[in-house]
Amino acid sequence: MLRDALLLQLGYNATLVAIGATLLGVAAGCTGTFLFLRKRALVSDAVSHATLPGICLAFMAMVVLGGDGRNLPGLLAGSALSAWIGLLCMTWLTRRTRLAEDAAIGAVLSVFFGFGVVLLTVIQTMSAGRQAGLESFLLGSTAGMLRSDAVIIALGGALSLALILMLRRPMTLVAFDPEYAAARGLPVTRIDLTIMGLVMAVTVVGLKIVGLILIVALLIIPPVTARFWTDRSDRVVLLSGLAGGLAGYVGAALSASAPNLPTGPIIVLVSFALFALSLLLAPGRGVLAAVLRHLRFQRRVHLRQGLLALAQGQPIYEPLTLRLLRRNGLVRADGVATETGRARAAKALRDEKRWEIVRSDLAHEAVAALYDGLRDIETVLTRDQIVEIDRRIGGPQGVAT
Amino acid sequence: MSGAEFVPLSLTPLLIGICAAVACALPGNFLVLRRQALIGDAISHVVLPGIVVAFLLTGVISAWPMMLGAAGAAVIAVILIEAVRRLGRIEPGAAMGVVFTAMFAFGVLLLEQTDTSSVHLDVEHALYGNLESLIWLDATGWASLMDPEALRGLPSELPRMALTLLAVCLFTWLFWRPLKISTFDEGFAGTVGIATAPLGLALVIVAAVAAVAAFDAVGSIIVIAMFICPPAAARMMTNRLERQVAWSVVFAVAAAVSGYVLAGYGPLWLGGADAISAAGMIATMSGVILAVTARFGPCRTRTGAPVQG
Repeated sequence: MLRDALLLQLGYNATLVAIGATLLGVAAGCTGTFLFLRKRALVSDAVSHATLPGICLAFMAMVVLGGDGRNLPGLLAGSALSAWIGLLCMTWLTRRTRLAEDAAIGAVLSVFFGFGVVLLTVIQTMSAGRQAGLESFLLGSTAGMLRSDAVIIALGGALSLALILMLRRPMTLVAFDPEYAAARGLPVTRIDLTIMGLVMAVTVVGLKIVGLILIVALLIIPPVTARFWTDRSDRVVLLSGLAGGLAGYVGAALSASAPNLPTGPIIVLVSFALFALSLLLAPGRGVLAAVLRHLRFQRRVHLRQGLLALAQGQPIYEPLTLRLLRRNGLVRADGVATETGRARAAKALRDEKRWEIVRSDLAHEAVAALYDGLRDIETVLTRDQIVEIDRRIGGPQGVAT
Repeated sequence: MSGAEFVPLSLTPLLIGICAAVACALPGNFLVLRRQALIGDAISHVVLPGIVVAFLLTGVISAWPMMLGAAGAAVIAVILIEAVRRLGRIEPGAAMGVVFTAMFAFGVLLLEQTDTSSVHLDVEHALYGNLESLIWLDATGWASLMDPEALRGLPSELPRMALTLLAVCLFTWLFWRPLKISTFDEGFAGTVGIATAPLGLALVIVAAVAAVAAFDAVGSIIVIAMFICPPAAARMMTNRLERQVAWSVVFAVAAAVSGYVLAGYGPLWLGGADAISAAGMIATMSGVILAVTARFGPCRTRTGAPVQG
């Protein structure tokens, strides 16, 4: 069943939903990256909640004008309008009053959503028979998706992707360093608004599939996931689009493969699973990599300290140190140093003395800053310099009797 | 309006609304000043999986297990956000977004997977609350307030909400000085011996408790709106924390009362037949208050100086 779903064999509706969700995921992932890099991820939350009054007002307007209230383009236009108003309110609150951005986000989010709920109840009373289940926009519903809906989603997604492709350089610049961008003469405010406009477009397009509460997840989770794998912004955009598309595709297929699996939440959970995997397994920034790095560091410290203790003839009690020395063939089972062990210990002690000279000599100031107790001195000084230092230390000297 | 109609139908929802609004607005003051305003948003989303899990474990819709579940989910969410933020080195806003959306999606999925058709538990309820339905059927008029028989029939949300409000007030009063100092200057608070990290966590937990208790009665919209709008509006009015807290309480009460009245009677005045969502209307009114203060408040600009004539 799942295999059929993944191969798009589950009928017309499921195929439409899968294609739509994939496109949506790609568009949301790419757009969200700029939001994430700009450190304004939660702005999308305000934008998405602010769509609700627009949907309701558009429905009411269309019913009053005698049309079909459920006309999707009309509803989407209304939602875009109110999201834009919400966005302007938020920008105004942040720029013109003393409120910080998070308070402005929360205020717009709750007030617009509350007003939307009021309108929802008004709609319920005004045309009880024709109330179109506008609640489905809260969590999305893909059951009755039409070909025209899928076309709208595809067009919206393609349009936002094209815009991202065109504006990727200025948007990246603004995301990383708005002051520098302003100094270069870029219209920072307008670019910020463009990013927000893209976010709004994705939100509006995604209302049908994942709903306005969960669309935030598609804008935030894929970029965060992608960020684990690379430090280059263009690759973050690509990977984020990929992660979003994958989550959309797999999520839609999963939800089609069994009853009672709502599409929106499943897509979000698949996306979260990708995030969790990246958090654990990503090289460099992942948790597993960090743990391995820590263990490797710990072993180096223990080995180094063990060798110094051997060289100075001090007894070693620390079990981990002993185990490491034994495993590397530096001490025998009874704790006595082997030939290699003695050689390595002598070398470690001599290196320590060399470092001491380096650190006390102002001429080596730059090198001395690299001292951390572990670094091999050969990696920071040339052979000539080491010979020079060794000359200053001198050879073994007998004691005059 | 006569007491015989007002007391049973409107008094308790109104009181519950006021208690919930004030209980959320008090910690909201500090959250807004500390730039943690969206914690309320996150908490109100993760409450859903909490109550669904509590329902699955106990099999009944009753207040205490659900509140425990919601509180547990809130604590788990705070821990997860912190873990994601530290382990993944991700900025707090994005970490919050990752965690609360995923938990909310999980809650919706659980809800769809279980058969809750026999009980009143759905996403809409979690969002809007059911303030209008918290009526006091045993009351006959103002005299019922003195009647122990009738008082026993009070909806249990009212004492619970009042208790929560009391606890929140107590917390604010007891920890006023440390809260104030650590909110404005965390470094200084540390040097005079205030444990800022536990205090910050305690504030978030108090906020979560208020959110969970309020959420049970009035839905999550009011919770988010009351965490943010009254304190934000109060901030436009004054530069002193004491007065800001007082203003925020005034605004919260004003929003609750006007919102409830408008929702209950507004449609009647306009010739409609049915009431509209009180929770949504209260949130809307708090937004109106914020809009007015943001436009005309004496301390609305960033420098904080009162605007001259």
